[in-house]
Amino acid sequence: MKSFFLFVILLSLWLLMSGHYSFLIISLGVISCVFCVYLANRANLIDDEGLPLFFLPRLINYLLWLFKEIFNSNIGTAKAIITGNINPEIFIVKSSQNTDVAKVTYANSITLTPGTVTTQINEDKFEVHALNSDFGNDVRSNVMDKKVKWLEGDI
Amino acid sequence: MEFMKDIITGIFFFIGSMSIIIGACGLIKLPDVFSRIHAAGMIDTGGTAFFLLGMIVQSGWSLITVKLILIGVFIFFTSPVTSHVTANLARQKKIIPIGKKIGKLL
Repeated sequence: MKSFFLFVILLSLWLLMSGHYSFLIISLGVISCVFCVYLANRANLIDDEGLPLFFLPRLINYLLWLFKEIFNSNIGTAKAIITGNINPEIFIVKSSQNTDVAKVTYANSITLTPGTVTTQINEDKFEVHALNSDFGNDVRSNVMDKKVKWLEGDI
Repeated sequence: MEFMKDIITGIFFFIGSMSIIIGACGLIKLPDVFSRIHAAGMIDTGGTAFFLLGMIVQSGWSLITVKLILIGVFIFFTSPVTSHVTANLARQKKIIPIGKKIGKLL
């Protein structure tokens, strides 16, 4: 089932990237995609970590929210740089996700929003560096933690 | 119609270049490694996102749009990894960040 999904993803990527739709090119693409799926199967790469399909139903909603957050904190960072309102702080937050993929998603989301960076990870504790206390309070309010928990679903 | 497209592209490019300029100023102005990573993150997200949006408006509905979106997706996945690796290495080299330290750190 997961192998089939991987095959569909790879083949659509091939079709979109090549732009040539003659029989020869498409059959070469199908052959190489089947070979890649075979190799991934052999290397045991096709599991929940390599292909987190349980994210899919809520992914669009989460990404839209994340883009909005990134936009807002871009403006915040620009303001902080221009006005010089810089009081860096470093602190620990706890993550409530169960799977490793969701934890990585949470840490990457923190890093992706400018103004906050995840510096170290240990089990379920993240060490976060923030540009000033506004960004720090955003992370400490655990809104993003709950969003990623919701994205993960009930696993 | 072409004129409208150019105007919208121009607005997106302007916002993108402003965020790159502010990010570059931040890279020079901010006090230590960890704060500078924030400015670099701003260039990574704000700058590239608005430039790609402007180019997507120019290319319209074609395969080039798909390729531009794919560039955005790859930057979206790789930029936090590089930021995190830089910050993590600085922490492991025992560089002490300036500013407040809240609670017991890892």
